[in-house]
Amino acid sequence: MKMTGAEIFVRSLIDLGVDTIFGYPGGAVINIYDQLFNNTSIRHYLVRHEQAAVHAADGYARTSGKTGVVLVTSGPGATNTVTGIATAYMDSIPVVVFTGQVPTLMIGNDAFQEADIVGITRPCTKHNYLVKDVRDLARIIREAFHIASTGRPGPVLVDLPKDVITAQGVYNPPKQLSLRGYKPTYKGHMGQVKKAVELIYRSRRPVIYAGGGVILGDGAKYLTEFADLLNIPVTLTLMGLGGYPASGRNFVGMLGMHGTYAANMAISNSDLIIAIGARFDDRVTGKVDEFAPEAKIIHVDIDPTSIKKNVKVDIPIVGDVKDVLKKLIKTVKDSGEAEKYSRKIAPWRAQIEKWDKDHPLKYKNSKTKIKPQFVVEKIYEVTGGDAIITTEVGQNQMWAAQFFKFDKPRRFVTSGGLGTMGYGFPAALGAQIANPGALVIDIAGDGSIQMNIQELATAVQYKLPVKVAILNNGSLGMVRQWQDLFFEGKYSQTCLPSYPDFVALAKSYGALGLRATKPSQVEEVIRKAIEHPGLVLMDFAIDPFEMVYPMVPAGAPLTKMLLV
Amino acid sequence: MRHTISVLVENEFGVLSRVAGLFSGRGFNIESLCVAETLDPTVSRMTIVTSGNEQIMEQILKQLNKLVCVIKVVDMTRSDYVERELVLIKVTADEKTKPEILRLVDIFRGKIVDVSAESYTIEVTGDEGKINAIIELMRPLGIREIARTGKIAMTRGPRTLKEAKKIKQGVENGDLLRQGL
Repeated sequence: MKMTGAEIFVRSLIDLGVDTIFGYPGGAVINIYDQLFNNTSIRHYLVRHEQAAVHAADGYARTSGKTGVVLVTSGPGATNTVTGIATAYMDSIPVVVFTGQVPTLMIGNDAFQEADIVGITRPCTKHNYLVKDVRDLARIIREAFHIASTGRPGPVLVDLPKDVITAQGVYNPPKQLSLRGYKPTYKGHMGQVKKAVELIYRSRRPVIYAGGGVILGDGAKYLTEFADLLNIPVTLTLMGLGGYPASGRNFVGMLGMHGTYAANMAISNSDLIIAIGARFDDRVTGKVDEFAPEAKIIHVDIDPTSIKKNVKVDIPIVGDVKDVLKKLIKTVKDSGEAEKYSRKIAPWRAQIEKWDKDHPLKYKNSKTKIKPQFVVEKIYEVTGGDAIITTEVGQNQMWAAQFFKFDKPRRFVTSGGLGTMGYGFPAALGAQIANPGALVIDIAGDGSIQMNIQELATAVQYKLPVKVAILNNGSLGMVRQWQDLFFEGKYSQTCLPSYPDFVALAKSYGALGLRATKPSQVEEVIRKAIEHPGLVLMDFAIDPFEMVYPMVPAGAPLTKMLLV
Repeated sequence: MRHTISVLVENEFGVLSRVAGLFSGRGFNIESLCVAETLDPTVSRMTIVTSGNEQIMEQILKQLNKLVCVIKVVDMTRSDYVERELVLIKVTADEKTKPEILRLVDIFRGKIVDVSAESYTIEVTGDEGKINAIIELMRPLGIREIARTGKIAMTRGPRTLKEAKKIKQGVENGDLLRQGL
């Protein structure tokens, strides 16, 4: 039976189990939108800017484990997705972005709303396609979803020229995909696992350092079992939060630039680092030449390029974190030496506890000024930790990471790699759509929230009861913090005026706006926001000069922390 | 250290740009790059000459492998192989220099492929050393321009690139570079 490309497109998505798309229509994709009209299997969410469509699909993917799907038009519609795509790429999030394109014969002619989006996104997608023939369409869509969601996940872009969408073709999805250049390694090498366990038993000061790979690979349960089996201290990256429970007995906190004193001291003084699904990012290692000088390193990652990219590795293990952790657990159990080893490293755990006691995460609370950390703590207290937290980027992000305790994976949604301001709010919408019953809170700053503020309309239109907590310090706080510390307090372009009035703004969109200017109002505002059935914007007038501590200055070794 | 890498890729549009973009985006160096179709018309073969220390070379090989359009990557430098390059040299030829040019072409087993009243165009193939030598010897005679193909390479013996062991990502025991072939 003959179908148009647009029909093949919709049919492919349905057969792949897609029920949610984030998008924005336009001339090049109008035929697809025509097919979506009255379609009951796929729910399309109309955003107000294409960047937000990708962030929403990304938040949807992070909190559900499914692949996020985006549909936008050619030219500016496509280029507007680039920041969203780069964000998903840096954090390895499975998203498939479909872009319209001018007809194949016009490609390269500088046609109206033409952009070489395949060329533009080549370095920030896992893979991308230009479909040149309707006969390839069904296969390419399948490949795109396969590549996005397997191995180390990531965004894939599929560019759809208008003549391909309107051409007649046959729906002929391949039964099996054969990608001879793409075969991710899932099974960890048993010989390497055995060597790793031997090395662990020889160590006296081990640390598990785990990252986003543990969340993406659904390995949190196994990581917890492994760490608790040997009682090895666990530190997590920003992306890894929730991969081991924050309330777990071996947790020493996040590490890196704004990590805990205990975590940074532990990794710096360790004699063995067991890195799992993490990539030794510069925000984690600090000055890399002075990073953990005495440590041997075991590195588990599904992406071979992550291994030995930034640091020397003694035992590399390429594979799926879940598979490797299961093998590590089994090898340790079979050895029967877990308890003995746990006792052997007791003095090391005591040392870390002492570091934590000497310099715990803390801030100076105030009776008159609202401290941002206090707001985050209150949100944690009122929700009992049972919420999905998204963040923007900057101080708000770090306070959220430090003072909200994540016990479960897929509960903390943040732009770690790219550090995209304006990410948290649209990501919260996607998270809410993926988890209709959940409480979703975007912890924001007054700068970041304005980068995708237009999505208030989307949230209200689809009745998404997201709560936005704006930690309003009237400035671009993180950059200003650097200016305070390293640029003699010259606040170059980091002070924001006191408008908009976020309460009035919320009202104009048909949402609820609440404000707290005194510490005594904070809890009440949070409670009211949670009780309200719809979208709420909370404006917390925080102490404008509060800073994020501890802090390792950029380029300094991890042990050189500035403390409160 | 310099390495010659052979890469089998899908013969599709955009592949060259992906490979070149990988090198430029990650700050790797390309000294030369040759690409053309293989016996199987769906596959192209690239020969890339690059340089870097062990850590950089390992990243280059892994990053190339990671590209979906890349089917196989082999570091030729780790095995016994033959490499060749072709050069065209346009050299000024007058009554005085003509005999010297002809003599050099003969010694280097080259060919004169074009003649004009005041110039010869010479074709020479060989390894890099030989190509450099002929250029240096021709230089004082008045080279007008040269065109070099860049290196192509092939392993010695009956085995083909297709049969070469794929870099074992699963093992990853640190001796990846020694697993050239």
